[in-house]
Amino acid sequence: MARAMVSVPARARRGEIIEIKALISHAMETGHRRTQDGSTIPRDIIRLFVCTYNGTEVFRADLHPAIAANPFIAFSTIATESGTLALHWTGDNGFSVTESAALVVE
Amino acid sequence: MIRRFSRRELLLAAGAGLASLVVVRPARATPEAMQEAIRKVAGPARINRGRVKLELPPLVENGNVVPLAVGVESPMTEADHVRAIHVFTERNPQPDVLSVRLGPRAGRARVATRIRLAHTQTVVAIGELSDGSWWSDSADVVVTLAACLEEA
Amino acid sequence: MAPGRATRENWGARSRPLLLPGWWLGVALCASALASVAVAGEIPNAQRRSGSEFMSPQTRAMQDDDTANPGLLWVLEGETLWSRKAGGAAGRACADCHGDARASMRGVAARHPAFDAGRRRLLSLEQRIRACRTDRQQAPPLAWESRDLLALTAYVARQSRGLPIQPVIDERTRPFLEGGRASFERRQGQLNLACSQCHDENWGRRLAGNLVPQAHPTGYPLYRLEWQSLGSLQRRLRNCLVGIRAEPYDYGAPELVDLELYLMWRARGMPMEAPAVRP
Repeated sequence: MARAMVSVPARARRGEIIEIKALISHAMETGHRRTQDGSTIPRDIIRLFVCTYNGTEVFRADLHPAIAANPFIAFSTIATESGTLALHWTGDNGFSVTESAALVVE
Repeated sequence: MIRRFSRRELLLAAGAGLASLVVVRPARATPEAMQEAIRKVAGPARINRGRVKLELPPLVENGNVVPLAVGVESPMTEADHVRAIHVFTERNPQPDVLSVRLGPRAGRARVATRIRLAHTQTVVAIGELSDGSWWSDSADVVVTLAACLEEA
Repeated sequence: MAPGRATRENWGARSRPLLLPGWWLGVALCASALASVAVAGEIPNAQRRSGSEFMSPQTRAMQDDDTANPGLLWVLEGETLWSRKAGGAAGRACADCHGDARASMRGVAARHPAFDAGRRRLLSLEQRIRACRTDRQQAPPLAWESRDLLALTAYVARQSRGLPIQPVIDERTRPFLEGGRASFERRQGQLNLACSQCHDENWGRRLAGNLVPQAHPTGYPLYRLEWQSLGSLQRRLRNCLVGIRAEPYDYGAPELVDLELYLMWRARGMPMEAPAVRP
């Protein structure tokens, strides 16, 4: 039940650099924390974040346990054509979430 | 009667002893581990200081959530752009933090995120350009309440 | 006193969690020092400042950016839950009775805790949501600090953002207010500290390296960096009680609700910031 928040401008001029912000709920369990009885809580993190623009990959990030819980990433891309930005998070234990945003480029 | 151990038994015992030593070692990277992690990414390439700008607050209230931004000066054209940016820490349990792949479609070589810092330490960012050159920046951060190492 | 935003002194690294002996020694020393400070009373209205003014600019920026505030993840979740039918015989969603929350819930968080005539006692916002869940929706209760309860509370509280805190104080709620005030001013715990000693008399100063805020509940429920999660005011109050080595009251205890009312009254007129971000 991961909740994601994606911020993409609704419209942009052709050639304009747009900023995209992505926030997703995830504990990003480091694998270093211990329970009261001393056993280690296993690592459970998002490992990869990819953004595609009308199917073409325009941004990729490999995440490690040092990324804070509820990971936030802000990056940019050039508005080339109208279409869909798809943001895809994958991680441990089969974690997989995709959020899409429409972009109108004039 | 003194039992004579076979060579095999001695080697196995030594191995088990070593394994238990590995488990007990506290989880913390060292500057050497960070250098090793950087080498794994950049290979033997020379890493120059400059062109990369790492933005971190000099002092953070809580190491669990530290805002970080890193940018590289670059026209981001097909001919001259930033291929990747990598971030490392010196004293977190593991040195790797983030690896980002860019390209001319990014428009701007800049990424922002939030990281965990376990101790007061130095954070290093390196950028790989399309001409194969590598550049870096570092920032020292004072952490008053640490991440990673707290009890659950 | 040193009001306003904290100045960033370079006091050196602290890499131990708060509750270890070194920190206690510091607090114990401060407690004995505080004991000799004259009782000052409430903070004058003009000097009241939200906790957001005691944070670093980076943490403040995290709160103020609606595209980056992690607390909003819970608000979004609450928005979904608002329209979801709660399992149970009645099978009702919050929306079925309350319609659009942006209208019906506007100002609600700003005036809680509130008196419930049927129960003849004060209810916090979380208690009100839990009560609706069992009484009106005939659904199993939402556990304290559960994801769903936090999400619904965050969603409702968000509808009061920017509005002045205005708990209703009348002959019915006044006894609870006085109970909360007494709690706030009473020395408790092994460290024998009263809330007022830090938060009325020494706000803006530092305790064990941390800036002491005035303790106004302007932003609850909020995303606390230390929790790496959104949490309620009662969670924070329980943390405080553990911090002064007092036995923390259970979630929903009347002592905590009375204290919530007093804190809200003490912050009356200040704008709600929920969901806030705090270190």
